[in-house]
Amino acid sequence: MPQKPVKLVCRNIWKLFGEGAERFLHDRPEPPDAAEIEAAGLIGAVRDATIEVHEGEIFVIMGLSGSGKSTLIRCLSRLVEPTAGEILFEGRNLLAASEREMIEIRRHKMGMVFQHFALLPHLSVLQNVAFPLEVQGVDRRRREERAREVIRLVGLQGREDNFPRELSGGQQQRVGIARSLAVEPELWFLDEPFSALDPLIRREMQDEFLRLQNVLRKTIVFITHDFDEAIRLADRIAIMKDGAVIQTASPEELVLAPVNDYVAEFTRHIPRAKVLTLGSVMVPGPPSGPVAGILAADTRVEAAADKVEAATLPYGVADEDGNIIGTVDGRIIVDVLIGRETRRESRQ
Amino acid sequence: MKRALHPGRHANTVLWLLLAAVTAFLSQYGRDIARSFDARWLLKVPFAMRIPMKAEIGAFMKWLVDEAHFGPVTFTDLTRAVAWAIDQPYRLVRALLESGFVQGQGNDAVQILPPLSWLAVVFVVMAIGHYVRSWKLAVFVGGCFLYLAVFGQWDSAMITLASIVIAVPFGVVGGLLLGIGGYRWRWFERLLVPVLDLMQTVPIFAYLVPILFLFGFGPVSALVATVIYAMPPMVRITMLALRSVPDEIREFGRMVGCTRHQMTWRVLIPSAVPMLMVGVNQVIMLSLNMVIIASMIGAGGLGYDVLTSLRRLDIGGGLEAGIAIVVLAVALDRLSQAFAERSLPSRQPENASFLRRFPRMTMSVAVIAGLAVAGLFWPFLQDYPAGGEITTGPFWQDLVRAINVNFFDQLEAAKTFMLLSFLIPVKRFLLSLPWPWVVFLITLAGWQLGRWKLALLCFLLSMFIAVNGLWGKAMVTIYLCGVSVVIAALIGIPLGILAAGNERAGRIIGGFIDTLQTLPSFVYLIPVVMLFRVGDFSAMIAVILYALAPAVRYTAHGIRAIDPQLVEAGVVSGCTRGQLLGRIRLPLALPEIMLGINQTIMLALSMLVITALVGTRDLGQEVYIALTKADTGRGIVAGVSVAFIAIMADRLIAAAAARTRRRLGLA
Repeated sequence: MPQKPVKLVCRNIWKLFGEGAERFLHDRPEPPDAAEIEAAGLIGAVRDATIEVHEGEIFVIMGLSGSGKSTLIRCLSRLVEPTAGEILFEGRNLLAASEREMIEIRRHKMGMVFQHFALLPHLSVLQNVAFPLEVQGVDRRRREERAREVIRLVGLQGREDNFPRELSGGQQQRVGIARSLAVEPELWFLDEPFSALDPLIRREMQDEFLRLQNVLRKTIVFITHDFDEAIRLADRIAIMKDGAVIQTASPEELVLAPVNDYVAEFTRHIPRAKVLTLGSVMVPGPPSGPVAGILAADTRVEAAADKVEAATLPYGVADEDGNIIGTVDGRIIVDVLIGRETRRESRQ
Repeated sequence: MKRALHPGRHANTVLWLLLAAVTAFLSQYGRDIARSFDARWLLKVPFAMRIPMKAEIGAFMKWLVDEAHFGPVTFTDLTRAVAWAIDQPYRLVRALLESGFVQGQGNDAVQILPPLSWLAVVFVVMAIGHYVRSWKLAVFVGGCFLYLAVFGQWDSAMITLASIVIAVPFGVVGGLLLGIGGYRWRWFERLLVPVLDLMQTVPIFAYLVPILFLFGFGPVSALVATVIYAMPPMVRITMLALRSVPDEIREFGRMVGCTRHQMTWRVLIPSAVPMLMVGVNQVIMLSLNMVIIASMIGAGGLGYDVLTSLRRLDIGGGLEAGIAIVVLAVALDRLSQAFAERSLPSRQPENASFLRRFPRMTMSVAVIAGLAVAGLFWPFLQDYPAGGEITTGPFWQDLVRAINVNFFDQLEAAKTFMLLSFLIPVKRFLLSLPWPWVVFLITLAGWQLGRWKLALLCFLLSMFIAVNGLWGKAMVTIYLCGVSVVIAALIGIPLGILAAGNERAGRIIGGFIDTLQTLPSFVYLIPVVMLFRVGDFSAMIAVILYALAPAVRYTAHGIRAIDPQLVEAGVVSGCTRGQLLGRIRLPLALPEIMLGINQTIMLALSMLVITALVGTRDLGQEVYIALTKADTGRGIVAGVSVAFIAIMADRLIAAAAARTRRRLGLA
C-alpha cells in the first residue's frame, strides 16, 4: 500500500507538569528518564513522544488510564501546551502559531469529539451542531442548513429540536460527532468517543464510525483504552505507557511482532483471524500443485476462512500485481482460528 | 491501649484540663488577686493602651464627605450620581406598583396614571408561576399575593417588592461580573475572597452606618445596603459555577475556536446557568431580609411596619406585618427556586404567531390594560376595597394576651430558671476573667490547631477588640452567642440525627428548617418579644430559632454521607442501635457537624446584632447606637469587632474540623 503524504507530525513531544518543568528539560543534554523526573518533583505526562499521521488514515493512540494519551492528543491541538518538542501540521509549526492563528486553525481545520460528549445543555441538537459555525460568524440560514446536513449524515434527522438531555448516550455522541464535522475539519480528533457508552451501543457506533470514514476519508487521531476497539478501527496504532510511545505499527504487525511483553500481553487475547492477512500466514513460494482459486494477500483470515476450509485443494495467494506468491490451506486457517502457533509466525 | 499509642493527644488533654482549672480559678478569684496586687489593668484594658480608632474613622468619613475629590469631581458628587442612578429605576417601579405616576410635589401632586391594579399584579404573578412550573405553583403564589391584599398589607408589601425588584438585578449582575473577574484573574480572586469573607461576617447594621452617612436617610441608602449585602453569595456561586463547568466543555469551546468573549458568554455562562440560578435565589432571599432591616434607614414597606409596631409594642400590628413578610418571602422563594430548577421547554416552532409563542406575556399585557381601564369605572378593581380587608391584629393581640394571662407564671418561671441557672452564671464567669488570660487562651488554641499563622491571627484580632475598649461588650456578645449556640446544638444535632435516620421525619424536619431559613431575621423577634418581653432571654430564643438550621442540616448531611459499608460492618459486628450511633455514625459525622456548628455561630452572631433591638448590652447594641447617632467610627469598629469574633471562631473550628477529618482519614 503506497504511503499517503504525512498530515501531522509530532516530534519529541514532552509534557511535564510541575514547577520549573521547562528549565528542567532545557538544562540537560540527555533526555531525563522517569526516575529523574520524579526526583525533580515533576509529573511526566508525555515523554518524548513522536508520531506521524498520514492523510486519510485512522491513527489510534491506545493506552491504559494514566498513560498520557489524553494529554498527548491535547498537545496536538495545543489545548495543552507541550513543555518541549515540535508539532507540524501540514508542514506548519503549530507551536509557533499565535493565539489568533490557533483560533483560525481550530475553527477551520480541526474537529474534536469528547468522551463525555461536551454538548451545551442549553442548546437544541440543531443549535449545538451549528455552534462551531455560529462562533465563526456564519449566518443563521447557512449554518443551520449545514447542521441539518451533518445531522442527517449521522442519522439523527427528526431530532433537531430536542435538547441533549432528551437523548440517549449513543444519540448524544452522534450529536457530538455531527458537531465536530460541521466545519468540515481536515484533522479529526476523537478522545475516547465511545468509552462512556454501553458495550452494544459501542459496537454499533464503531460500525457507524467506519461507515462515516468510508465516505469522508478524514485524517483521524483516535484515542482509546480498549485494545479491541483499536484493532477494529485502526490503520495504525501507537501504544503508550507511562507517557512514552512504545510501539507504532499496524494491527497486524503488533500481533505478529510485539516489541515487548507489555504489548504482547495486549495482543494475546485478540482473535487473530480478524487481524492477520493471508499474506502473513501463507506458505510462501509458488504452489506445488493445482489450486482451488486465487485470493488477495491482504484478505483477512476471517474473511477467507470459510472458503479455504471448504475446499480440498489449497488456495493460491496473490500480491497486488496478481503474482502468486504463496498458498494457504485448511490447516493453516485452523491454526490461526484456534490460536496455535502458525509456521510463519514461529519463524519470525 | 489506644491512648498509649497517642502520647501527644494524652498530654494535650491534660494541658487543657489544667488550663480549664486555672480559668475557673481566675474567674472566681482573679478580681481579688488583681486588687491585692493593685493591678487593675488585668480587669480593664488601661486607657493608655487604647487606640482612638473610632474618632479617626469618624474624621476620615467627614473628610470624605466634605473635602475629598478626584480632580474636579468631589466624592459627594460621586455618591449623588450613584444615588441618582439607583433612584430612577426605583421610582419607576414603585410608581408602577404602589404610588402611581404623579406630577408635582407634596400636596399639589396630581396622579397622572394609577399604579397597577392589585388584580393585575396577582394575575402577572400567577402567569410567572405557571411559566416557571405549573398551575399548582401559580395558584399558590397567587394565593400568597391575594393574602397580602385581603389582609390589608398590599401597599407596604408593594413598596418592599419594589425595593427587591430593583435590588435583585443590581445584585445579580454585579455579583456575576465580579465572579467572572475572580474566575478569570487569579490576583482578583485573591483580593476578592477576603473582602467577601469580611462582608459576610460584618453584621448588617454595621453596613448601614457608613451608607447612611454617605447617602443619607431614604430608600436609596436602603437599596445600596441591600445590594452590598446580597451580592457576596452571587460572587461566590459564580466563581464556583464557572469552575465546575466540565473541562471537556471548556476544551470544546477552545477547539471550535471561541474567542475569550465567546468562551465566557456563549459557552461557560450558559453551561453554568442551573447553578447560577441557585445564586439568584440566594440574592432574592438575602435582599428581602435586608430590605426589611433597611427599613431603619428609610426603606419603608413591611419592615417599617414591623419596626414601628415593635417600638409601640403593638403586638397585633407587628405580627400581621411579620406574617405578610413571611408570605411574601415564601412566594418569592418558591418562584425563584422553581425558576432555578426549571428545565428548558422544547422549542416552539419559529413561524408560530407571537400569541402562540408568548401566550402568558400577551395575556398579562391585556389583563393589565383591561384592568387599568376598568379600574376607572369600578374602583374596587383598582384598589382592593377597604371594606373587604380583614385585619387579624386584634385577634393576635387577644391571643397573646390570653397566653400571657393564662401562662404568665409558667413562662416567667421558665425564663427565670434559665436566667438564674444558666445565663447569668455564664455571663458572670466570662466577665470576671482577666482579659490577658482570655487572649492567651485564644492564642494558644490557635497555636495548637494551626501553628503560628492561626495563633498570630487570633492574637491580633482579639487585641484589636481589647485596645478599642470593647472587651466587656465583646464578652457579653460571646456569652449570648455561646449559650444560644450550645442550646441550638443540643436541639439541632438530635433533630439532624432523627432526620437522617427516618425518611418521614427527615421530610418534616427539612420542610420546617427550610421555612425557618426563608424568614427574614427580623421576623423572629416578634413572637419572642410578645411572650418574653425584652432582655437577654428573648434575644437568646430569637438567636436559637434563627441559627438552628445549619446545626440540623449539617448533622443530617454528615450522617447520610457516611459510607453505608461502614454502618453495615457495625451491624454485622453486632452493634446495638445506640452503639451504631455512638461508635460509628457520630464520630464519622463529626467534622461535618463541626462545620454545622460553625455556621450556627456565624448566624448567631449576625442575629445578635438584630437582637440589639430588644435590649441586649453587647456589641450589637454598640452598632445600633452608632446607627441611631450616625456615628460611623463607632459603628464600624464595633461591627468589625463582631466580624473578628466570627472570623476567629470560623478559623479555629475549620482548623479543628480539618484535623478531625485527617485523623479519620476522610481528607
